[in-house]
Amino acid sequence: MSDSKSIFIKESTLTSADGDQRQFIRTALGGYYKNRDLYKAKYRDWELARDAASLAKWSAVNNLAEVLEKFVAKFESNGGKVHWARDAAEARQIILHLLAKANAKAVIKSKCMTTEEIHLNDALEKAGYGVVESDLGEFIQQLRGEAPYHFVFPCMHLKREAISDLFTKHLGTAATDSPEELTMIARKHLRKLYITADVGITGANFLVADTGQISITENEGNARLTAAMPRVHIALSGIEKVINSIDDLAVLLPMLATAGAGQPMTCYNTLYAGPKKPGERDGPEEFHLVLLDNARTQLLADPEQRDALHCIRCGACLNVCPIFKNIGGHAYGTTYQGPIGSVITPHLRGLKDWNHLSGASSLCGACTDACPVRIDLHHHLLQNRRNAAKVVPNLFDRVFHGTFNFVIQRPALFSLGGKVFRKTFGLLKYLPVPYLGTWLKSRDLPAIPKKSFREEWKESKNV
Amino acid sequence: MRVSLFIPCFVDQLTPQVGLAAAKVFKKLGQEVEFNSSQTCCGQPSYNSGQWEIAKEGAIRSLEVFKDAEVVVGPSGSCVAMMKKFYPELLHGTKYESESKRLSQRTFEFSDFIVSQLKITDVGATLKKKVTYHDGCHALRELRLKEEPRKLLRAVKGLELIETEESESCCGFGGLFSVKFPMISTAMVQVKAGALARTGADYIVSSDPSCLLQIGGWLSREGKVIRPLHIAELLAMGIEHV
Repeated sequence: MSDSKSIFIKESTLTSADGDQRQFIRTALGGYYKNRDLYKAKYRDWELARDAASLAKWSAVNNLAEVLEKFVAKFESNGGKVHWARDAAEARQIILHLLAKANAKAVIKSKCMTTEEIHLNDALEKAGYGVVESDLGEFIQQLRGEAPYHFVFPCMHLKREAISDLFTKHLGTAATDSPEELTMIARKHLRKLYITADVGITGANFLVADTGQISITENEGNARLTAAMPRVHIALSGIEKVINSIDDLAVLLPMLATAGAGQPMTCYNTLYAGPKKPGERDGPEEFHLVLLDNARTQLLADPEQRDALHCIRCGACLNVCPIFKNIGGHAYGTTYQGPIGSVITPHLRGLKDWNHLSGASSLCGACTDACPVRIDLHHHLLQNRRNAAKVVPNLFDRVFHGTFNFVIQRPALFSLGGKVFRKTFGLLKYLPVPYLGTWLKSRDLPAIPKKSFREEWKESKNV
Repeated sequence: MRVSLFIPCFVDQLTPQVGLAAAKVFKKLGQEVEFNSSQTCCGQPSYNSGQWEIAKEGAIRSLEVFKDAEVVVGPSGSCVAMMKKFYPELLHGTKYESESKRLSQRTFEFSDFIVSQLKITDVGATLKKKVTYHDGCHALRELRLKEEPRKLLRAVKGLELIETEESESCCGFGGLFSVKFPMISTAMVQVKAGALARTGADYIVSSDPSCLLQIGGWLSREGKVIRPLHIAELLAMGIEHV
């Protein structure tokens, strides 16, 4: 068993047994469902909007090279500088190089899962840079020394008291259970850091090809400060974030907000177009954009699952996923949790080590129905299972299904096998029979019938 | 019509009353019912485990079993979804593709067949009970059946249907998922069946016997009074009462 799988089994066993925490997550999501449905209902046709959003992403992803080139030309004509990174190591190297060139000491960051993907904070700290997360949830997680629990709501697993205690411990503030007061504590602490930081690092929600801008969506205003106050702005983005036109934002921005957070629109939606121009007082002197591949082109080369690159990281699939709700975000051990994480992590980090995530699904399909850009999520989990069976031979599965198939190809044998099972169940239930024993640990089987359907049917057609 | 019963393998061996009830309802509705005893399993366990080459053999076998059937009707949203939706995908690009599509077009889930093919909603049943409904994921999200079973239930005289916010959430069965990740599966059924049990209904009704195996298995272990009941069993019981 791979390390990542044994950690997953261990963690998900613990969290799925924690009834209070599971109830807390369900309650937290209850408000989201209500608001999501409220704002979905304001669309004239939500399903048509999904088609439009999906098409906007499809047309960019399926012409990725062309659209990216168009974007980069426009972005650089606005005064920004693009850097290409093949993988996480290259992206870290580029960013460290930019920091050294800027003679930076302090770095402030806004929320960006791609920086989590390349483990940027670790690299910055090792290189001696002070780095502070300015998104409230990310700030809390940074103080805790813990990865985000949910890629949109990083600390949704925490109760107010835990956050208050954390602030008391690290910032020396008085205990409070008021969310407003907790926010103000973080805000007061962070404000001065925007001024002292030399470099601001952000992500990007969309790269707009026809205007050469990057679009960032946020609720706290911290990304604006991160991008605008320090001397240098560095943005990191996956290459799949590019879209053809600013017009596409008309559908993508509201859908991102509604599907992901149950909002009509996110509070701040800002387009950034280059550093400050001669004569302008505000804005960074330099604006760098690091464009990351990190196996995205591999996913692009897979026509069956290419639509996974449509993802706008709204988190809707996590919010409806019964697996996520019952095991929580940390059990996955991935940057991207939930259904989309289970689909793409095997592509990004290797099928051999991450295929178990595709197996850990009842294939209920709630994710696929929730996805605003129509990624065929749960069927991709099935395809990952098929791919894994070819790449990582599983002897137990081969023998089990081979035997099962041998039996079901022979009705008389199937019938006999069923009969033997029913007659000996009284004994079997005490033996360590694979799968049966596991089932019986937490569930019963119905009263075992004397006769099978086929026996009943044969004996009496008078039903 | 001549209805060819498609009895899931575990229904055959563990809950034969579901198949018998389905046959009884069809006969009550004036249909001719047949059962081809050479059928076994549709191959879904292997398909869901990624063993598609093995699953193909099961699928090809089913094509042969049902090749002369006028319509194939199964009392399981999940197994029907396998035949109706996944066979054509599994056999795409093979010489069996067209036959798989032909089978797909003739295959129906129990409640879907009665409502959309026979155009009947009232089967003439009476049952003074309170029930709540569980939408099996395959019936709901692969076959898009939501109203069909409810139409049948609403037409049963004396029956009270209590809807819950959890009706569409997964019971956690997921075939072999239930024993490969038993802790997650059990946590899911606890949420699902727990919410349905709180309705105070007499029965949790579903069109999917595999979900009922999971829900019923948990209810029984936890000593809950509410019982699982397949919609075919409910209708057959209601017909008997008349």
